Amino acid sequence: MATSAERKAIVQSHPSPANSSTFWGKYIFSSDHKVIGIQYGFAGLFFLLFGFFLVLVMRWQMAYPGSPVPFVGGLLEKAMGEPAEGGVVSAQLYNMFGAMHGTIMVFMGVVPVAFAGFGNYFVPLQIGAPDMAFPRLNMASFWLFFMACITMSVSFVIPGGPAQAGWTAYSPLATTIPTDGQTIWLIGMVLLITSSLLGAVNFLVTIIQMRAPGMSWLRLPFFVWTQLITAFLLLLAFPPLEAAGLLQLMDKVLETSFFIPSGLLVSGQELSQSGGGNPLLWQHLFWFLGHPEVYVLLLPAIGIITEVIANNTRKPIWGYKYMVASIIVLAFVSFFVWAHHMYVSGMNPYFGFFFATTTLIIAVPTAIKVYNWVLTLWRGNIRLTVPMLFAIGFVFTFINGGLTGIFLGNVIVDVPLSDTYFVVAHFHMVMAVSPILAVFGAVYHWYPKITGRMLNEGLGKFHFWVTFVGLYCLYYPMHYLGIMGVPRRYFSNAGSNGLPDWIPESAQFVNIWISIAAIVVAGVQLVFLYNLYRSASHGKPAGGNPWGATTLEWQTPDTPPTHGNFGKELPSVYRWAYDFSVPGAEEDFIPQNVPASKNTGQAS
Amino acid sequence: MSIFRTLSTKPWVAERGYVSESHGFGSPTAKVFLSVFLGVVTAVFGLLTAAYFIRMAYADWQALPVPALLWLNTAILILSSIALQWARVAAGREHADGVRRGLLAGGALAFAFLVGQFLVWRQLGSLGYFVDTNPSNSFFYLITGLHGVHLLGGLVAWFRASLRLWRGVGVNKIRLSVDLCAIYWHFLLLVWLVMFGLLLVT
Repeated sequence: MATSAERKAIVQSHPSPANSSTFWGKYIFSSDHKVIGIQYGFAGLFFLLFGFFLVLVMRWQMAYPGSPVPFVGGLLEKAMGEPAEGGVVSAQLYNMFGAMHGTIMVFMGVVPVAFAGFGNYFVPLQIGAPDMAFPRLNMASFWLFFMACITMSVSFVIPGGPAQAGWTAYSPLATTIPTDGQTIWLIGMVLLITSSLLGAVNFLVTIIQMRAPGMSWLRLPFFVWTQLITAFLLLLAFPPLEAAGLLQLMDKVLETSFFIPSGLLVSGQELSQSGGGNPLLWQHLFWFLGHPEVYVLLLPAIGIITEVIANNTRKPIWGYKYMVASIIVLAFVSFFVWAHHMYVSGMNPYFGFFFATTTLIIAVPTAIKVYNWVLTLWRGNIRLTVPMLFAIGFVFTFINGGLTGIFLGNVIVDVPLSDTYFVVAHFHMVMAVSPILAVFGAVYHWYPKITGRMLNEGLGKFHFWVTFVGLYCLYYPMHYLGIMGVPRRYFSNAGSNGLPDWIPESAQFVNIWISIAAIVVAGVQLVFLYNLYRSASHGKPAGGNPWGATTLEWQTPDTPPTHGNFGKELPSVYRWAYDFSVPGAEEDFIPQNVPASKNTGQAS
Repeated sequence: MSIFRTLSTKPWVAERGYVSESHGFGSPTAKVFLSVFLGVVTAVFGLLTAAYFIRMAYADWQALPVPALLWLNTAILILSSIALQWARVAAGREHADGVRRGLLAGGALAFAFLVGQFLVWRQLGSLGYFVDTNPSNSFFYLITGLHGVHLLGGLVAWFRASLRLWRGVGVNKIRLSVDLCAIYWHFLLLVWLVMFGLLLVT
């Protein structure tokens, strides 16, 4: 049991970054959870931009097939060699960028920022702890992550280029591609998974053991709940992928045949490997991770926007206990829906029926959360701050993506739509656009605590509106393309304009439109980066609690918080996280560490 | 039942002002860590077992011969676990010599087990059973390898605890480390017995 003495010992057990005299000790090899959180944040942000860049090159090819990529074409040719000859996107380059876009965005972009970055920085602060339970392990998991990122990045410049078999790396395709990129991808994945597992164990133990006196389970801010459940999901979902990754690595390097079927012909030649493996086993193992992984991306986002909505409506979050219950149910059910990714892989019809049913059931806890957000907004004293705009944008987009999910969850609707742009539009709406909007909201919400200064509001609103409208210009038409039957993953096809011949010429206009929207959305991110950079030195000073928030991270004696977070005395907690607009209280919020004896209004 | 009490509280009314000193489970943080970690390892090996059973049903499955050395290795691992349990009990009684003997014997036996496993690999290799010969071979090498790596990780923790003991740190200071080592050893023994059983039934 973590007593206050034990909690204090954790701070003393590792050096304060402020005491370290060198740049390296202070900002690079630090075991302070805040520094590690920022490291994850920067690394994740970098890879988000990189993943975005990859897809812009692909979008160029889809809009103007066969013409050289402007501005970066020469650079691509230098870095990638033959696949980008003359700055033109080849089929090979298209496959590489497609595979790496998915991998980077999911494993090296969104998860590091939303779960590891904001989680590391704010979970210990919100539960009133001086640091994570295992600071050095925390540092180790960041550096494992960093090694994985280096591994993945290096694969771009080796001969043969990076992985080409999609972020799902289906066997036997992934195993039989002769380049080294796929092997390096697998090594990178094993490193990433090990890092995530260590990180998740640390989060779990921290939240269980390190809470401040009085911080009972139902007084936890909802963000901490989502981080706890995310850690559980990672712990249960990643081991299968790690095992599967090891098996595929053995197939690739040691020529075993876990996933290689007998008598497989590659380019007309029978494979020398002994065979007898089962390709479907890979798909099952992969999607057993893959579906919970969607919630690993979503849950931190859900936590972030719940905090932002409660704060900016000045109301307690509606149905807090039901929110907690719904994410627990969601996490549980998410392990029984994986095969809805495999309807066209071939399965017993009853099997498909089962998974269609569970997929519809998982909509229930999701809908509970959406209702609760909307009911919190209802008659709230809404402040349309920049984080609030992003939070409302999230709710909007999440509903959109969720509704198309109900289409795809049904076998009979999924079969014709499978592998079309409808699927691409659906999952980007629900697990890419939504979490990224929430991440932006989190940056605007918490930046004042991390730097002590506010981000520029005008630039923030400009950033929001262009991003939000731009993303809808991008993804709404994509649903339409999907219903027309335009297949995903195709580099080019017979027929003019690079479209399959059953697609009318006019569809190409939609493709060009989508690409232009993507370029505009990418461009406006530069405004965001400028805002981040400029406001760090020139922003309006924020003070300790600019949003009038109740949770503990806003009650620290220093902003930004120093090593150990709360100075000499760790806080005690006397109330839940949502005492907004309590009748009779002096102010419209009461921080969690204010004792009941103060004049804080009635208790009802 | 504290869980029902927790669930039935209304955080916005009833508990206001109430503070309890500490939370969490009634065990040290490192122990909570170990139990979570063991959960993850169980998931990995559980999954391999499932894959093994699925694969076994196929017609081309050829069972591996079980070298006699594996029985010896199993016995060594059991003894290693017993030695660490001895150290654990001795630590509870603050009996420094017993802890020292138990730790040393346990570590040495675990090391012997790893060497033995390596010899089994060599034997199988010389008989022509390589990792890519048949799926059952692949599974055998993967499972033994993974188990060995986990034991190696345990030996690192064992080494750090022993080092502290030989440098003259008091028994009560390393009681927790010995405790955790013993639990981890028992767990790995259990995993090995299940995996060995798996090999025998095929």
